[in-house]
Amino acid sequence: MEFQHVNVKVLLDHASAVDLEPLIPVFHNWIQSQSRDELLLDVADYRHVRAGPGVVLIGLEGNYSVDNAGNRLGVRYNRKAPLGGSNLDRLQQAARAALGACREFECDPRLSGQLRFDGRKVEISVNDRLLAPNRAETRDALEPDLSAFLQKLFARGEYSLAFNEDPRSLFSVAVESAKSYSAGSLLRNLASQT
Amino acid sequence: MKVSNGLWKEQLAGKMPEGLAREIDIFEAEINLRKLGKLEERVFAEKRLRRGVYGQRYDNGQRHDGAKVQEMPYPRRNLTKGPNTLWDAPGMQRIKIPGGGLNASQLETLAELAEEYSDGIAHITTRQDVQLHYVHIEDTPALMRRLAAAHITTREACGNSVRNVTTCPYAGVCPDEVFDVTPYCMALSKFLLGHPDTQNFGRKFKPAFSGCSQHACALANMHDLGLIAVTRTEDGKEARGFATFVGGGLGAVPYQAKLLEPFVPPEEVLPLSQAIARVYARLGEKKNRSRARIKFLIHDLGIEKFRELVLEERKQLEFDPRWKEYVADAESYHEEPLKPGRKLDRSGSEAFRRWLETNVRQQRQEGYAVATVTLPLGDITASQLRSLADVVRRFTKETVRTTVEQNFVIRWVSEDDLPELYEALEAAGLGAPGAGTIVDVVACPGTDTCKLGISSSRGLAAELRKQLIEKSYQMEEAVKNLHIKISGCFNSCGQHHVADLGFYGVSRKIGGYSLPHFQVVLGGEWANNADHYGLAVAAVPSRNIPEVVTRLTGFYAANRKNGEPFREFFRRIGKAEVKKLLEDLARPPADEAGRAAFKDWGDPRDYTLGDMGVGECAGEVISSTDFDLAAAERQLFEAQIAWEDGEVEGAAKTAYQSMLSAAKALVVTECPEAPDDPDQIVREFRSRFYDSQKFFDPYAGGKFAQYLFSAHQKAGASYTVDSARYLIDEARLFIDASHNYSTRTAAMTAR
Repeated sequence: MEFQHVNVKVLLDHASAVDLEPLIPVFHNWIQSQSRDELLLDVADYRHVRAGPGVVLIGLEGNYSVDNAGNRLGVRYNRKAPLGGSNLDRLQQAARAALGACREFECDPRLSGQLRFDGRKVEISVNDRLLAPNRAETRDALEPDLSAFLQKLFARGEYSLAFNEDPRSLFSVAVESAKSYSAGSLLRNLASQT
Repeated sequence: MKVSNGLWKEQLAGKMPEGLAREIDIFEAEINLRKLGKLEERVFAEKRLRRGVYGQRYDNGQRHDGAKVQEMPYPRRNLTKGPNTLWDAPGMQRIKIPGGGLNASQLETLAELAEEYSDGIAHITTRQDVQLHYVHIEDTPALMRRLAAAHITTREACGNSVRNVTTCPYAGVCPDEVFDVTPYCMALSKFLLGHPDTQNFGRKFKPAFSGCSQHACALANMHDLGLIAVTRTEDGKEARGFATFVGGGLGAVPYQAKLLEPFVPPEEVLPLSQAIARVYARLGEKKNRSRARIKFLIHDLGIEKFRELVLEERKQLEFDPRWKEYVADAESYHEEPLKPGRKLDRSGSEAFRRWLETNVRQQRQEGYAVATVTLPLGDITASQLRSLADVVRRFTKETVRTTVEQNFVIRWVSEDDLPELYEALEAAGLGAPGAGTIVDVVACPGTDTCKLGISSSRGLAAELRKQLIEKSYQMEEAVKNLHIKISGCFNSCGQHHVADLGFYGVSRKIGGYSLPHFQVVLGGEWANNADHYGLAVAAVPSRNIPEVVTRLTGFYAANRKNGEPFREFFRRIGKAEVKKLLEDLARPPADEAGRAAFKDWGDPRDYTLGDMGVGECAGEVISSTDFDLAAAERQLFEAQIAWEDGEVEGAAKTAYQSMLSAAKALVVTECPEAPDDPDQIVREFRSRFYDSQKFFDPYAGGKFAQYLFSAHQKAGASYTVDSARYLIDEARLFIDASHNYSTRTAAMTAR
């Protein structure tokens, strides 16, 4: 089974009362400097929608957002363009993109340290119901790649999985690590050769 | 672009209606032909538009990023999907929802599509459609197939075609309706979709049905074809029919529809509509898009002549059995409830009571209610769409509709279920109160995604909504019930003409800076199917609009007499008084730093940074232009006052003079010794600004200059109340276009 259009969302460690307005100029600056390896196009502001996508940086290959879907605030990367390589490669690409954004947010003085991550909670989904219908066979097919990816991400540390059971939803899993990690250390884990 | 695109055709084989499946195959083939360069870009553009596939802002590959205009390096820069529209730039997909009616599984399909092809949001439009933004064109055939499997089409959602047939969302359950118009709406929608007689229009054609004449729900008077339910007694029995109106429309210059026939029997609705379509296709303007809507044809011919032509055309039509078949069962059409209707006998929480007060209305069927799901700015998430599907399954037989106020209504809710329904909606983030009140602000997409947007209508709407919700608990009832509608430009997609407080985006250049503004349009009428249009009062920087709302509503609350509605209050007070009230707000900050802070709502980029640092020489010339344009503004204001006082001829004359002043303001930038003679001003303007296309609006072309030429041609002719009003509106647009030209020139000079 080929999984494309992987989404990775890294949850904030304390999400109450975060003002997303300062994020808008940050995203506009990203477009101005085209600071990612992808073509960045526009900013969509959905702060008015409850439990919605928040503020979205629209890209050609993928979107970045600080979204509040499910009332869980986090940094999401949504890969839109197809990617070569293996399922594991695609999981890692989406995770690197989301974590890279997290790290930039943590360092950006305009956000006044409002967006902080302890790396414990990550959500992974596949944004294509035909390639990855939300059922047991998909879970079985993805399990080896998912496991290899999470082992690497958390440096073989412990974690638990909770799959979304609603068959109408995207195939998605919430991952909770037993340990905290900074965005930087998770990125280093992904970059390591072991 | 999705990897699975090519798989959906096989996956959904046999699940799509054959006709729809075939149409989508053809569209997919057209996409491939265009990619191979075998279909001309203009032809392809109209093809995709007729499939609801629209362009979106920045799809020309350029975007002002706050510092400079940035070239967007799309991968296939030589491949276009229309003139100046790059292939890989994301676009908008409009989805037609006839009468706004949806069922639960269709809501779930829309949720899937919003999630997989868009940014997770479905947007409800002011014409009961659904729009998805940031969609790649190569995803559209798969998206359309999934819709087709849910029995939804995007065909003729855009382009020069019959657009979505809208209707009152309360049809069938409204206590005041004459009869349920739903089956007639569905019949007309089905009959005209893809009909050969509707394929050769110069512009779009929008029909609407209303169950009564007194409410706003379907806005029949502002449609190309408006059908309002009426009855009459025939042989001692009550017979159904429709008062049929034609030639209404908003757009830059709004027109009220004219009565074509006071009573059209149901079996005549389809053939009469067909005859109207044929006359429009045959005689309507094709070349000049700005005069191509049916309203202009009717205005030029006169309603009597148009009626004569339509009735003659009707006589010539070959009989079509569908005329009767499609409406045969209309009288027995009805929806069914899921549960017996029981009265509500609980009071519930304060939040519930607040929601109940604004979002619930009783049906004419005892024990049942309609609940409105308020969507901020018309937006709903994929997850909320699924929750809504669950709610409508749990409480009704899936009777849900979109509304022209960008909300959903759930019909046939047993009143006794309302507390549980509210809880379920609230859990999904859909339980906000305030439906149909001042906080339920309507806005078109504006500069967020629309190529025509001048100011941020959604940014302003979000800000107003936020501020008004905070104030709503102390608001007087009369203020609470006002309507605010916002368009990002003069094209009126936000229906600003029919609001108590309407706003449309314009730009103004002050001291070398371009600033986003909104024209304040007051006194439109939402009730009576949008029976009166508002008038522009003043252009105000967008940053000051919230204060405009505060001041106007406060003034209204303090000074209205005996329950006076806003429109009547505004008429009594007069525009001069209102303008005085807003005078200071219309002035942007005098200092440079203050002006630089006047950015658009929700957009931190400088509005037009290129306008900064204009050279002194250009600055002087521009200053002179601004001065002259201000004179044109003053004259136009005087024209509006004269019109309001019933001095029709004087109003028309002054409006024409204001256009001449604006034209001269531009002519003197090239020809300082320009004469005062009107013929010479118009001649100079035509040769210097129109023939050279310098004055052309990037999207409206020479439309606004033609308003001047037309007014000049008619100088000295007599005007009616209506035609003087149109002239004032056209003068307003010509002057706005002159400001825009001045702004663009300064930007180019700065670059």
